[in-house]
Amino acid sequence: MKKNVALITENFHHYIPPDLAGYKHFGGFTALKKALALSEEDLIERIEDSGLRGRGGAAYPTGKKMRQSKAYQDDIKYLICNADEGEPGTFKDRDLLEQDPFGVLEGMVITAYAVGATHGILYLREEYAHLLELLQGAMAAMRREGLLGQGILGTALDFDMTIFSGAGAYICGEGTSLIESMEGRPGRPRNKPPYTKAQGLYLKPTLVSNVETFSAITAIVKHPQGVFTGYGTQKSPGTKLISLCGNVNNPGTYEVPFGLTLEEIITELGHGVAGDKGIKFVQVGGISGPLLPRACLKMPLTYEDFDAEGLSIGSGAVLVVDEDTDILDFLDAVAAFFKHESCGKCTPCREGNRQLMNILKRMREGTALPSDPENIQRIAHTMKYASFCGLGKTAPTALLSAIKYCPEEIFMRRGQ
Amino acid sequence: MDLVNLTIDHIPVAVPKGTSILEAARRINIDIPTLCHHPDQKVKANCRICLVQTGADQLDTACSTQVREGMTVLTTSKLVRETQRGVLELILANHDQDCLKCIRNGNCELQDLCERFAISRGDLEIIPPGDRAVDSRPKDLFNPSIVRDYAKCIKCNRCVEVCREVQDAGILSSAFRSTDYMVQPAYGKTLDETLCTYCGQCIAVCPVGAIYEKTQIDRVWEALDREDRHVIVQVAPAVRVTLGEEFGYEPGTPVTEKIVAALRRIGFDKVYDTDFTADLTIIEEGYELIHRLENQGTLPMITSCSPGWINYMEGFFPEVMAHVSSCKSPQQMFGALSKSYYAQKTGLPPSKIFTVSIMPCTAKKFEAGREEMSYDGVSDVDAVLTTRELARLIKEAGIDFRGLDGDDFDSPFGITSGAAAIFAASGGVMEAALRTVYEVLTKEEMPQINLYEVRGMAGIKASSLFIGDLEVKVAVANGLANARKLVEEVKAGNSPYHFIEIMGCPGGCLGGGGQPINTDKTVKEARMKGIYQVDQDMAIRKSHENPQIKALYEEFIKEPGSPLAHRYLHTHYKSRQ
Repeated sequence: MKKNVALITENFHHYIPPDLAGYKHFGGFTALKKALALSEEDLIERIEDSGLRGRGGAAYPTGKKMRQSKAYQDDIKYLICNADEGEPGTFKDRDLLEQDPFGVLEGMVITAYAVGATHGILYLREEYAHLLELLQGAMAAMRREGLLGQGILGTALDFDMTIFSGAGAYICGEGTSLIESMEGRPGRPRNKPPYTKAQGLYLKPTLVSNVETFSAITAIVKHPQGVFTGYGTQKSPGTKLISLCGNVNNPGTYEVPFGLTLEEIITELGHGVAGDKGIKFVQVGGISGPLLPRACLKMPLTYEDFDAEGLSIGSGAVLVVDEDTDILDFLDAVAAFFKHESCGKCTPCREGNRQLMNILKRMREGTALPSDPENIQRIAHTMKYASFCGLGKTAPTALLSAIKYCPEEIFMRRGQ
Repeated sequence: MDLVNLTIDHIPVAVPKGTSILEAARRINIDIPTLCHHPDQKVKANCRICLVQTGADQLDTACSTQVREGMTVLTTSKLVRETQRGVLELILANHDQDCLKCIRNGNCELQDLCERFAISRGDLEIIPPGDRAVDSRPKDLFNPSIVRDYAKCIKCNRCVEVCREVQDAGILSSAFRSTDYMVQPAYGKTLDETLCTYCGQCIAVCPVGAIYEKTQIDRVWEALDREDRHVIVQVAPAVRVTLGEEFGYEPGTPVTEKIVAALRRIGFDKVYDTDFTADLTIIEEGYELIHRLENQGTLPMITSCSPGWINYMEGFFPEVMAHVSSCKSPQQMFGALSKSYYAQKTGLPPSKIFTVSIMPCTAKKFEAGREEMSYDGVSDVDAVLTTRELARLIKEAGIDFRGLDGDDFDSPFGITSGAAAIFAASGGVMEAALRTVYEVLTKEEMPQINLYEVRGMAGIKASSLFIGDLEVKVAVANGLANARKLVEEVKAGNSPYHFIEIMGCPGGCLGGGGQPINTDKTVKEARMKGIYQVDQDMAIRKSHENPQIKALYEEFIKEPGSPLAHRYLHTHYKSRQ
């Protein structure tokens, strides 16, 4: 199996954005032309057949989401590209926006056509402000060439888009918080129902998808049927962008076919652990993901294999941590991140992270109380089961996985 | 109706589509614990205590999750019990542990949950004082009505919701994030720096002791202790059907005579009835309306009894000021008379008279302190106690309230009409006013004095009535968000009405911010029923037939709208913008 492939990333380094002519030279906007030649129904079917699942982390089937969105008819329908890539250790969306912004934007126009969206918004992470000008330039170029605006490419499709800059809150990567923040309120998750697809931004039907998902849509439509599904496994077709980072020799964004093992990713793409040290664990999916011990490294990176272990691929971050790292220090950093980023709305997340941090501090200092091992698990469970949104639910994921895979590292140290 | 079938704790239940698990469970007598949930509010689902199990490894909040066909819900599984308890412990870990000193001790939803979950000690680490974000916030006690104690807040957001959605004031909001998250007025202002109406609805919905009235009980005791003070008290219409709740009576039970007896025992020199000046208000306001109708005055005229509404108007809609009746509220008319007419009659110097009001309202405390509400440096009203404070006063005095024999109000401010009693309910002032205006204008007996169209809990009620040849169009609003709808029309100049009654609180004064806590719509409905029963049972049911009111005009005021009336019974407003 080829380890590093170029399908979604095929245009990387081939043109210098926002050079629209360059993008077109490499087949840019042929996907849009193909899409517009199809009926909306056939287009959605095409995406469904590809088996594409949301690349932001939730892995919801994209075709199904588009079909559901299409069912909500209204005078205004928003299509939001979630570029609030706040998951620590994740930077693949940044690469997509930097190297091939047109691939993302073309995917948005294709999706707008499929679901009947009228207004597009690219919600750009505050920390990616340096991309603002580039993306504005890309949109302006598309507008000049009739690829955005009224009657796109001479069809009846009216669709334009703008950029909305976030303000730096991690929670705003969550769809409803993102919308709340766009409406001028603090980024805090909404109650569902109503679901975003029915009543999202300004209570209009809204479809929110990840940057990579839009790029994948472009790639799927651009190439003949079977190209995308030619990669990966039966249940996880296609490719996935991996943000490989941590103690590896060759960190970076890699496009890999599903089915590669973590070990292959680390040794062959990452050129192994820096300083030839052993691996202590790998955190998959970003800071909200589990810590996997060495024994799990043979696991293929597929939805089905991860599901079977009760794990999630998440955003596709692979953080390699070497044996010199203190796991309690690591968990403390995780808890500190979530304590900082909790929106404060619900009890478990607001209060839980602080309690976890207090207990971890004692464990690190060797002053843990007899009740601490039990309490830290109780708090983590309460957060996992009781939190309002994904932030609080996944905040204790790393801790719970560490307790599952290496309890001795957590509880049996420093004279405890 | 589409019914959805599910089982809760293995009990089959069929409920209409859209029902929450919480409601469905209550139908079969399963009481899922709640904290942020309030029956009269939108679902918030932020406290997370109401979790129930809906799948092998899945918990959902019962308040926010709608039933699905074939759903299997467990409310007491191990996972549910442990998680609910975990949530409760997390709340407690960041909550003051000084229940004994808390105003809500014994009447606190958090305490009730602790009892239910048999919390004997904080199993988690209590966040030490000094480490909490709220520690940087001193109590907000800079206004005469409402105290906010940041340290007690559990961030349920009920107060935010009522302030924004029900009262349209939007003074309270949730600010900051994570452990810094707190409920506060924007920019961390104190309430007196905002356009807070002091309606106290935030108090009425607070599950814990984070918001409460600024008490004047000590002030009252102090006056009672002084030999040189003649301490008199007035009791508002709405108090008589709600105070009983604090002593175990069903909502809506009238306990008027017991209140009189209790106040007398406590040591008040005279016990009077605000109903008397409610009757007086009807005369003054009725004649003001007639004057406006007959002289192309500013219409519609809007009532002025509710200080929550007056504060809202001055803060948010000063443009409609000319539409608001210049009549003082019954509390303030009583206060003014107590320091003038009553002083003359008794020969007591006004400065020696100490006038206390028992009110269903926290805004009344603010109203009593307004500079317009004094004459020659003597306040019309010296202290205002809420219904809740009266209950505490009675308990402090060691009075067995239920065992008391009833007693009658003192004269001269003790003879009242049914029209005055219904001031307690939304629509009551309107009904009372029309009973009088009709008969004054037509000089005929009103055929039907029960105006059912303006009764009830609906937020806005409208009606019309032929008085002679004129079809008088009236509307009634309760709750400030409803008021806003009528006021926007007035502001825009396209209000179809002649006369509008506005009460700041939902249901009117019987739903006031000073009333017994833990009320929902059904409690207010019971109180409303009680007050209309009081009206029905009165010998006099029209304000202008109150003989004592007639005597007051003969002896003192001379006629409605007279210079003396204006000096003592009318006021003016000012923009707070």
